[in-house]
Amino acid sequence: MVDKLPPKERTKIPRQTMPEQDACESAHNFREVNLGLDEAIAQRESQRCLTCADPKCTHGCPVGVQIREVVDLVREGEYLSAAAKLREDNVLPAVTGRVCPQENQCEGACVLARRFNSLAIGYIERFVADYERETGQVGLPERAPSTGKKVAIVGSGPAGLSCAGDLALKGHEVTVFEALHEIGGVLIYGIPEFRLPKEIVRQEVNNMRAMGIDFQTNVVIGKTVTIDELFAEEGYDAVFIATGAGLPKFMNIPGEELAGVYSANEFLTRVNLMKAYDRDRYDSPIYDCRDRNVAIIGGGNTAMDSVRSALRLGAKNAYIIYRRSQQEMPARGEEVHHAKDEGVQFMNLHNPLEFLGNEDGNLTGVKLIKMELGEADESGRRKPVPIEGSEFVMPIDVAVVAIGTGANPLVQSTTPDMATNKWGYIVADDETLRTNKRGVFAGGDIVSGAATVILAMGAGRTAARSMHEYLETGQW
Amino acid sequence: MFPIKESRFLSEDVKLFRVQTPRIARKRQAGQFVIVRIHEHGERIPLTIADSDVDDGTITIIVQGIGKTTRLLNELEAGDAILDVVGPLGGPSEVKDFGTVVVIGGGVGTAIAYPTAVAMKQAGNHVITIVGARDRSLLILEDEVRATSDELYLMTDDGSYGEQGFVTQKLQSLIDQGRTIDHVLAIGPIPMMQAVAEVTRPHQIPTIVSLNPIMVDGTGMCGGCRVYVGGQCKFACVDGPEFDAHQVDFTNLIQRNQMYRQREQESLEQFEQDPTHDLEEAHHCQMEQRFPEVGPRTV
Repeated sequence: MVDKLPPKERTKIPRQTMPEQDACESAHNFREVNLGLDEAIAQRESQRCLTCADPKCTHGCPVGVQIREVVDLVREGEYLSAAAKLREDNVLPAVTGRVCPQENQCEGACVLARRFNSLAIGYIERFVADYERETGQVGLPERAPSTGKKVAIVGSGPAGLSCAGDLALKGHEVTVFEALHEIGGVLIYGIPEFRLPKEIVRQEVNNMRAMGIDFQTNVVIGKTVTIDELFAEEGYDAVFIATGAGLPKFMNIPGEELAGVYSANEFLTRVNLMKAYDRDRYDSPIYDCRDRNVAIIGGGNTAMDSVRSALRLGAKNAYIIYRRSQQEMPARGEEVHHAKDEGVQFMNLHNPLEFLGNEDGNLTGVKLIKMELGEADESGRRKPVPIEGSEFVMPIDVAVVAIGTGANPLVQSTTPDMATNKWGYIVADDETLRTNKRGVFAGGDIVSGAATVILAMGAGRTAARSMHEYLETGQW
Repeated sequence: MFPIKESRFLSEDVKLFRVQTPRIARKRQAGQFVIVRIHEHGERIPLTIADSDVDDGTITIIVQGIGKTTRLLNELEAGDAILDVVGPLGGPSEVKDFGTVVVIGGGVGTAIAYPTAVAMKQAGNHVITIVGARDRSLLILEDEVRATSDELYLMTDDGSYGEQGFVTQKLQSLIDQGRTIDHVLAIGPIPMMQAVAEVTRPHQIPTIVSLNPIMVDGTGMCGGCRVYVGGQCKFACVDGPEFDAHQVDFTNLIQRNQMYRQREQESLEQFEQDPTHDLEEAHHCQMEQRFPEVGPRTV
């Protein structure tokens, strides 16, 4: 173990890299691509921390993880204490260590980033969480004495889980309801095994079970039980709605009805939740991608997850079709880099006009038009403009539309006295996440629109604080 | 785990199950469905709820063994359990006093049409039911349907029972007789529903069909069940499953339903050759429930 170095020495250490599976290999299996740091690399990386008095990294983290303290403990070799410190603010450290866009958050705020490469906080977080899991010595935080209050959480994705964790710690009796058969929401159905092994999510959920949180699968709130019934018939004192933004968007172009055209939600659900890649053992089918041309429309992380899944399903050519340039792509740099290494072909500045099919209704191609970037639009990104006369047809067998999601209306439609905005998202106060309906809070993607795992977790924590206050005071 | 309280064959490959699902039993309305998954490696399939009993907390589902999953389900008995049952999903049938309602059930579709027929009768309609099947052995729920119908016509393709002919012929003859028909509900194989739509279209009789596209989650999340109605894209799981028959693009529905035909065929063949593994797995779930020390299966 190295002692704390003087600042100048620390900045001389290069940012450590994450060992990863060879791309030629990873492109053909669903095992995790990033392999994690070993102790030596984690040590060397933690030496780089400048131990700022006012740690900017924590301010950059939507859940306020006490990063400097965690890194200090890592440097001292106190990995389990580091993990416990991490868990004070984050119930899913092994998950966020893998899927957070750190470059825009903690690492983006890191003082080192100005002149050197930022501290690899995500890698360290993952190392600590994995160390704890592998040693089997998960230090579960202690729960406050029971308050006798019952709380229902609707949806078991990142917002729901983090809210459940915080409320359980405060001594409330927490039940999490999930519509699917497995707990984890987007972590299970949306993010592929090669980026987030399901076993890790299961273990985090088991930790939460050990904390006394009750999980109920196969319950669709709004259908099986309504929000009003949760209060009136099942005796809950408060409800947090964290259903996510799960309604897939389509482009409404001709041919979208053809067999072989998927929403990213369906494609990824079949692959991740239903294990369609393991066709010898699992019954759920997916359109045969083996030796076929597969095109994914979109440039976000979901598009990258879909296209890399397509490669692993045996696609001969796997394309990203994105209407802007690489620079505007919303996906994390790391995901784009992995996709490229694995052989994904990027067709930036292209936009689909129409899907083409044969007489049996099967997809055979896509008509594309080339785009160029014009003036900046309201989002500040340069607006893509079609280049007239540049249309051409590309043969494809499978298409995945990954252009975003909207608000699923199931809960809202059976809770008519709860306010929604014109896009169907639930209206909740920014600070308290209270809806206009007494005892009902909402947060995560169903309020904000599609965002990231960590922002949803941040909303879950805010909701937990606010719900705790309501449960304690009874004042609305 | 959802225990099966009762199971019996209604015909050679059509089986009725009463499954313990208290919450669903309480909420379910005619026309709604559940999604079931039988074992850990199984797929999720939608099945319409035929009936429910709030007092004993059960729903009734009726299953025709066509593909692997439905064949496997039909191997289960009372005392077994289904791993996942989620619902009630989809919107309920529109039920009101239309006047004279013709309810048409084809094959196992009769099980789906039946609860709506009951609700239509309760709403004060004159209910005419036409039930069709390939042959006598495939006619199901005759007594139940008779009890809820003001008029009942049984049709078999081969004339082995009731009248010989298709349900559409009976419907056409009712129209030709000048009978006033205010509302038609047709549920059965897609070609049958399409044929019914063509019979009622020229007479502008409002006609509703219950669609059965491929579906995964059943909550509007995946978009796999999209159907095209009046040129609009609809999700059958949340916007349906019932739609205006005169607006439905049946050709597209048939094509989309054939997306996995080859794969389904392979699965069925494998299952028929050797169902042991799946049966073991389905039963292992029960073992885990009854004897937790068995622990999860590690295949």
